[in-house]
This record gives sequence, structure tokens and C-alpha cells, in this order.
Amino acid sequence: MTGVWIAVLATAAGCYALKLAGLTVPQRVLASPRVRRFAELVPVALLMALSAVQTATSGHAFALDPARLAGLGAAVVALLLRAPFLLVIVAAAGTAAALRAAGIS
Amino acid sequence: MSAPVRVPAAARQPRPVRDGVGLGLAVGVSGVAFGAAAVSAGLSVWQASALSLLAFTGASQFALAGVIAAGGSLLAGTAGAILLGSRNTLYGLRLADVLRPRWPGRLLLALGVIDETTAVSLAQPDPDAARTGFTATFCCLYLTWNLATLAGAIGAGRIGSPQSFGLDVVGPAAFLALIWPRLRTGRTERLVAAAGAAIALGATPLLPVGVPVILAATAALAGALASPATQPGAVPPISQSAPPSSLNAPPSSQSAPPSSRSAP
Repeated sequence: MTGVWIAVLATAAGCYALKLAGLTVPQRVLASPRVRRFAELVPVALLMALSAVQTATSGHAFALDPARLAGLGAAVVALLLRAPFLLVIVAAAGTAAALRAAGIS
Repeated sequence: MSAPVRVPAAARQPRPVRDGVGLGLAVGVSGVAFGAAAVSAGLSVWQASALSLLAFTGASQFALAGVIAAGGSLLAGTAGAILLGSRNTLYGLRLADVLRPRWPGRLLLALGVIDETTAVSLAQPDPDAARTGFTATFCCLYLTWNLATLAGAIGAGRIGSPQSFGLDVVGPAAFLALIWPRLRTGRTERLVAAAGAAIALGATPLLPVGVPVILAATAALAGALASPATQPGAVPPISQSAPPSSLNAPPSSQSAPPSSRSAP
């Protein structure tokens, strides 16, 4: 539990420092188009990777859980229909929960 | 998917307070999803709240909870979460020009440098309106996000099995929703996303849990080297949510809230 607290506080400190740095460092430090583009693309790569790993793996093994996959599918449909964030989440969780209640997992 | 956004020009007049409060409420309530995901992942209610209070940046918070849920390395989880926060540095650079923050106040202002405050501030026509928009968005979103986190965390702690409520899908669905606006905008973004997922999945059997996700940043590096061009004046997309008004397209500004839905 102490380890988790350290991770929580280190994440908070790191995220805060990055925000403060942006307000403080001179503009030219990050003026390179490549650096800016990298910072724009990092969330895309990391969040997609997180989504894939959490959907399709368990520990070091691939694990496809039908209810979870269906839940993510429901999220994609909701996003294509331009649903707001919270509705996307509810659609995903609700689909997975309904399938599990029906005995599919 | 490619339907034009039907927003009348008159409705796009910037209104800093209304935009900020609306967006704050609409996005803030999704703190419920974070609180629930964090507690399902094994964080305590206090730890979930500490993240929302002190880190206050959704993607990083979800990411750390996700790695902890998977039993991954805390170091890798922390590194990934902080890496995800690096875009806020760029927002800060843009905002410093507009807000011209002074010294002790800057310490508080910095906490509020995120997708939503940047989007509202940079949409305003002049620095005064930008400052008002920033303050309105920050205050409203901070309050709502933290209260919602607490509610979600307490709620998730009371139910027996997170899986039976589908809470294990909340993280993956949230990540997808967060990047969705960017996936719609560019081919490079889609390629980077696909490569990031492939790298992380491919590395999963080989590396400690949490590390494959960090490795996926190489996809972003490759994308940046392949297409560095970017419009210097581009406003960052609001990535913490699909634009709240996009579902029913009420004829109001882009960041108007679905206030009837957000109200208690």
C-alpha cells in the first residue's frame, strides 16, 4: 500500500511539474515542430496501447474475455454515434455487465 | 462520421463563463468513472481522491489506475502516467502567452493547465476573456471532477464484484474515448495509435507489466519524425471527452453543457 501511495504522489508531482514547466520555461525551448508533434502524439500512442493491453491481455498472456470485448465494441459504436464521454463509458460497462449477468464471460 | 458540425456562426460567439462552467460540469462528472475504475483497480478512496486533487489530469490518472489494476510495476505505471502528462507542458507554453501569470499565483494556475482549460481559454477573443474562461473552467471542472471522483470511488467500494458491473471495461473505453477526437482528425494519428497498440501487445509476453505501454511511445516518436509539421496556432482538441454537445447538436457553442443531464 505504501508503494501505491508513492506512485500516486510521484504521479501527482510529475504531472504538476510538467504543467508548471509549460508556464515557466521560455517558449523557444519547445519550439521545435518535432518536439511539439511528439508531445501531441504521445497520448494517442500510449492511450491506445493501454486500451489494447487492458482489453486483450492478463498478466503476460493474451486473454480474450467476450464480455469485455463486447463492452469495448459498444464503446466504439457509441463513439461513432458521437455520444458524450460518460454515455460511452456507461454503454461499455453496461454491455459487459449485461452479458455477464446472462452467463457469458 | 464526416457529418459537418452544424453550429450557427452566431452561436459560436465566445462566452467565457458559460463555456467554462458548461464544459466543467459536463467533463467533471466523468470523474465518477475514474473514481470507480481506481477503486476497482485496488486504490483506496483516499488514493483515488489524492490523484484527482493533486494530479488533476484525467488520462494520467486512468493510466496509473490501469497499470495497478493489472498488477504491473508501479515504476512503469508512474512513468507512463507522467509521460501522458507531457502534453500539458505544451498547453502551458501556449497559455503563458495569453494569461501572463505572475509569481505566487502561477503555482495555483499551473494545476489547472489541462485540455479543457486550454481549449476554452484559447477560444476567447482577448486576454481578459481568456483569463475569465480559464478561471471559470478550472474552478468548475476541479470541483466537479473531485466530487465525482469521490462519489465513484465510494460507490465502487460498496459493490461486491467490479467485474459484474463491467467496471473492467471502463478503463479501455475511457482511453478510446479520450483519443477519439484525434483519431478522427489525422491519418498519422491513426497509424500511431495502431502501431502503439501493436507494439504494446507484442511486448506483453516479454516485458514486465506496464513497460510495454511505455514502449508504445516509440510509435509517437516515429510519427513525429515522419510528420513534424503542425500548425502553430492550432487549438488542442478537447480530448477528455467527446464534445459534450456533439450528440444532439443543440444549436449552442461547441462547449455548451448538456446541463439537464449534468444537473443533480
